[in-house]
Formats: sequence, C-alpha cells, structure tokens
Amino acid sequence: MSWQRKILRVDLTKGEITQEPLNMEWANEYIGERGLATKYLWENMDPTVDAMSPGNVLIFATGPLTGTMASTSGRYAVVTKGPLTGAIACSNSGGKFGAELKFAGYDMLILEGKSPAPVYLHINNGEVEIRPADQIWGSTVWNTEEWLKSHHQDPQMKVASIGIAGENGVRYACVVNDLHRAAGRSGVGAVMGSKNLKAIAVRGTVGVKIDKDPKAFMDVVKDTHQMLADNAGRKGLTKYGTNAMLTSMQKFGGLPTHNFQEVQFEGADKIDARAMMKPNDSGHVNLITNKACFGCTIACGRIAHIDKDHFTIVNRKEYWHASGGLEYETAFALGSVCGIDDIDAATFAGYLMNEHGMDPISFGVTLACAMELYEKGAITKEDTGGVELKFGNPEALTIMAEKTGTYEGFGQDIGLGSKRLAEKYGHPELAMVVKGQEFAGYDSRALQGMGLGYVTSNRGACHLKHDVFAEDMEDTGHTGKAKPCKDSQDNIAAIDSTGLCIFTTAAWGLGDFARQINAACEGDWSEDRVRECGERTWNLERQFNLKAGLTKADDTLPKRLLEDPVPTGTAKGNVHALDKMLPEYYELRGWGDDGVPTPDTLKRLGLS
Amino acid sequence: MHKALVIDPDKCTSCLQCEMACSFEHEGVFNPAKSRIKIFEFEHGKRSIPYTCTQCAEAWCMHACPVEAITVNLSTGAKEVNPDVCVGCKVCTIACPFGTVNYESDSGKVAKCDLCGGDPQCAEVCPTDAITYVEADWTGYDKMRDSAVRAHS
Repeated sequence: MSWQRKILRVDLTKGEITQEPLNMEWANEYIGERGLATKYLWENMDPTVDAMSPGNVLIFATGPLTGTMASTSGRYAVVTKGPLTGAIACSNSGGKFGAELKFAGYDMLILEGKSPAPVYLHINNGEVEIRPADQIWGSTVWNTEEWLKSHHQDPQMKVASIGIAGENGVRYACVVNDLHRAAGRSGVGAVMGSKNLKAIAVRGTVGVKIDKDPKAFMDVVKDTHQMLADNAGRKGLTKYGTNAMLTSMQKFGGLPTHNFQEVQFEGADKIDARAMMKPNDSGHVNLITNKACFGCTIACGRIAHIDKDHFTIVNRKEYWHASGGLEYETAFALGSVCGIDDIDAATFAGYLMNEHGMDPISFGVTLACAMELYEKGAITKEDTGGVELKFGNPEALTIMAEKTGTYEGFGQDIGLGSKRLAEKYGHPELAMVVKGQEFAGYDSRALQGMGLGYVTSNRGACHLKHDVFAEDMEDTGHTGKAKPCKDSQDNIAAIDSTGLCIFTTAAWGLGDFARQINAACEGDWSEDRVRECGERTWNLERQFNLKAGLTKADDTLPKRLLEDPVPTGTAKGNVHALDKMLPEYYELRGWGDDGVPTPDTLKRLGLS
Repeated sequence: MHKALVIDPDKCTSCLQCEMACSFEHEGVFNPAKSRIKIFEFEHGKRSIPYTCTQCAEAWCMHACPVEAITVNLSTGAKEVNPDVCVGCKVCTIACPFGTVNYESDSGKVAKCDLCGGDPQCAEVCPTDAITYVEADWTGYDKMRDSAVRAHS
C-alpha cells in the first residue's frame, strides 16, 4: 500500500505513545514526507510559539516511495519550526534510518512537548518505548549509536540522534543518522535537544508492500533505474560526488570565498573533487570509495580518511578510521568561505560536524563571519580564547569546529549562527543569511536565479528548494528567472514529498516521479496533480511563516550582495537584482505586493 | 553448466537494492529483514560486503536436515528448502559454517538463497555489478584476469 497508513505520536511531556491512522485525505493532497509533514505541523501547532519551547512539534516523515525499490528511496524529512529562522524548518536526509522507520510500520513520527529528563525513543515495529538517556546524554552521535546497538544487542537497528551541540541548543545543530547522513539544515537537532530527546533507535521488519499493481511498479522502476544508469550527470555524481561543483563554481566565479567578499578561491584546486582523488606528498589519498544511501543507484556519498600525519589527528588514533568525506557544500563551507585550502583539515572538520551533529554550511559561514569580524577587530584574541581567527587558518577551523560541537568557550558564540553572532559583535551586515539561515555555496550576484531562490525559500537561505542552475550558468542576468525559480520550487516540494532524492533529477523529470507514485499509490497521479501538491505545500509553508510573524521584509538579501559588485568571474560587476525579480515572483505565485497569497490563490489550492 | 553468484565487495555501495529484490521475489514485500542476501558494512562504510549462500556441493545444511527438506535443484544446483517439509528444527542453521541459512519465526521455517530458480534477482538489480551470476566453474575468471594484468603491467 506504499503508505503504511499509520502514524506514531509521542507526547514527551506526559510520556504517552499513541498510534493513529494516517489521514488519507491529507495524503492525497500532500503525498507524504515534506508536504504531508507540513500539513500535520500546520494542524498540530501554533506557529507563533518559540522554536525551542515545548509547544513546538517535531515531525519525522517518510514518503509513499520510501523503502521501495524506486531508486534513492531512503529519504525522510524532519519538519518543525526552526530555531535559526523562526520559520518552518524542513530538512531531509538519506542513509538507512528513514526506510527502517517505514519498515517498522510508520509513515510518520510526531513528537510533542518536552520530556522532564533526557530520554531516547526505542521503536521495534509495534513495540515503542521512551527510555532514560542518562547514559548517553553528553555523548557524541557516534558513541550514542554504538551504545544503543550494544545496549539493545541489535546491530541491525538504525539510529538518528543529536550530539552535544543539539543538547545545548546550538542553533544549527542537526539530526544525524547512520553516522554520517544528516537532516542537516535549519537547526532541527536543536529542537530535538530542547525536547530532551537524545535519539530515536528503530528496528523495522514489517516491510513495505505495493498493493496497487506490484508488476506495474516493478516495470516503472526498471525503466527509471535504467534512465539513471545511462545518464551522464548521474555518472559524474557517482565518480566525483557533488564536489565536482567546486571546480565549476571556481571557474564561473560563484564560489563563496572569505565570507562572500570574493567569488573565486585561489586554493580551490586543493579542496576539489580531483584533489580528493590525488595522492598528497606522502602518497596519502583522501578518498577511499563512494557510498549509497538506502535504495540509491547513484551513490554520490564519499568515504574518506585523513592522513595520519596531519596535525589534526597525528596524536588522535580515534580519528584514524574512514568516515563521510567532503561533498560540495562541506568543501565550500569548511574550505573556501573560510579561506581554507587544507583538504585534511576540512575533512576533519567534516568528521566533527557529523560526530557532534552540526550543519557544516551554517557552521562554516558563521565561522567565516567570525573571521571577518576578527580581521576587522570586532572580535579579539581574548574573545576567541587565544585562537588566531584569521581566514585561511586551518587550526582555527578545526579548533572552533570542536569547541562548537562540545559547546565550550568561543564555540558557544559560533553556535549562535551568523545573524546572532554578527549582531552581538556590532556588525549585523556581515551575516550572510536570509531569514537568519546561512547561504549555501553559490554567490547570489553571480547566480541571480539562485539568489531569488535563497530569498524566497521558506526555510531561509537554501540551495535545495529550487533549481535555476542551468539558466544561471547560461546567463548571468536576472531576466526570465523568476518563472523557473517558482516552477522548480513547486516541483521540488513535490519530489521532496515522495521519499526520493532530488539528485535523481539529473535523469528524471517530474513525470517520472509521477509515474512511480501512480504505480505505487492508490488513485490517479498525473504529473499535474503531483505538481499541484508541490505548489500547495509551498504555499502552506508560506502561510506557516506569515502566521509565525515573518513578512515581506524578511524576503531580502544582505547588503553586500545587493550593493557590492561581484569582483571577478563571469558575472563581474553584478549585484543582485532582487528589486526587479521579487515583484515578478510574487505575481507568478499569485501573491499580493505584500508577499501574502491572495484569497484566490488559497482557494485554488484548497488552502482557504 | 550451473552458474553461481560472484560477489565483488569493492564494487558494493551498500544501496540494498539486492536485499529489496530478494524479499520482493520471495515474499512479495520490500523488506531487508526477509532478504537471504545481506550487506555488511564496516568502518563507517569503508567496506560494504554482500554475503549469501555459496551453494556448497556437499551442503552441510542439506546433510544435517533430518527430514530431507533441503534438496538440490538439478537445473540450478541450488540447495532449496521445501517449506512444506521443513519442521523448523534449525539444525541446518547450526550445521551451516557460514550462517547463510536462517530461521524465520513468522513462518516457523528456515529460509536460504535458492538462486531464484536460475534468475537471481539480487544480481539482476545490482547497479554496480558487485553481484553477478556467472559460470560456476569460472567464478574466478575476472579476478584472475585482473591479477594477470597486474602481474604484467
């Protein structure tokens, strides 16, 4: 039946666990995962409550295709109100946890309230328990997973947990599953910590059944697998991972460098995908192999290791093992934006992000902001505990990654995120954020469509909620980009609701997702219907934000990107043309000049 | 000639398509817990190793079975469990030196790889050819060729 038609609801305040049927009326309007969780969030909480208060609701949601043979079927989403932005937060992750939750028999897990003491949730199919977490509170993500598997004598269980950063409310703490996959952005791990929930350990042996027409589903899956197998973009992702992008952005002039002061980084070739594959002076090669998430026939994930003689780990044998390696966003955030060209230092900082449960993008961009503040004299060596917080200092990167992860010293300030840090030290203009969330690895002035996507993303600056990349690479201007931005936002909101990964769009169009849903799910699922579910989701996210108190004034970029011309590269001289793009975008969306969906738009989407 | 599954762990990405295909073929459900082939991950995913029954010629499981529930499929060479005969005594699970025959409490029977009657679905769906189905007498052919190249390059 592709949906399990069952939800697990846990009231952490009262310690009550209940199961309820999935609302199929809503599933038919929002598909699953991101969309359906948004609907449940909207119906279950008051958007005005503080994100870190017990009134916030934290939802883990799978999609109807999660745990099926559709390629990349390991996705789940974490949806809540975000502590970095005060807006809706929606982060999805791969690995194997999401499929396991589905195999245990649930479409969704809704966590409410706040436990009086640290706990973890143990789900073994229908047996669900809230258990004391005293023995793992204060532990890293990696130790938590090891302890849970050993304590329950279940090496096959899957774990999603938070680290010390999440326990202490680091604003961009994430939820890490399977050691190095993460619902990374928007501080969903901080919300989990605020609820005194350390981990969710799941074992599922029920499986997922396709009732509609298993043979038709397998035929579609065979075809869509083949499309991916033959696709050149997919082959690039498999071989080089997402970090192939660093070379493109460097060449194009869109690679954020030195806190977005520059768009090209002189050390780019030391941290890119080829550098990961090249032996260093002592013959050490950073990249070991590639790795897939559940059900994924792309396998873009990187498994790397650090040179044992590198200063970061030379005396720390506990880090001599392999783990998740650099992807584009980590390479930019732990590399170019901080001016770091040391691949082992960046890889080590990446390890620390996973081990302590933090979003590398927000951490790296916040550190870059702190480095600029330090170089301007607004932050001093006294503030940093003696650390030379200069661009290009790999020791500053790894020390601050560790201090933020363990919430010590100046790491507590880095844990505030760029917006709060820059305000604290008197230079709010240096925070490279939208709605309080840090930019990903693309400069808005060089990629105008990306900039509009950042501005209008409902979770704050994010590169994953729209796709205007082809248009941006074709043309550095702004005209004609509002429409593909809006259209791709709707498509991606739908794709994020299926349980599959957007990297499949290298080979698949929305119609290919629609035919997989149609073969697996009850009812008729045309491409148009799927797209409308995405548009509905987008507008409901916007409604959540408006009700939470955000306004049109939050749809903006930092002064640097609106006023300072981009210094080099293809788009040299550009600033971001937001004032020209935003009105067109609002109109295409069916929103008023105030950025509020009109009654007609709401009615058309069934949101009145 | 019979064919055999050949496993090359260096090619495995741990996507688990094989586990889903196996459970779908045998149980009609996507459920790695019901798969007769398993992927084992080591050191944060540095190595992912598929493992399943190698269909021993003188199969310990088959000889140990007190009710002759495990028999040879003459066309594939697979040692197959006949669930109508299996009494769930689990002696075969003890006899197997490799752990590749396992008891399923849902059915009260044991389950093991049966090569899907000659069209093993794990090999069919593996996106990286980490699992292939080749001539049983030449399972070492590719490895031998690679070694030959290494020895003379």
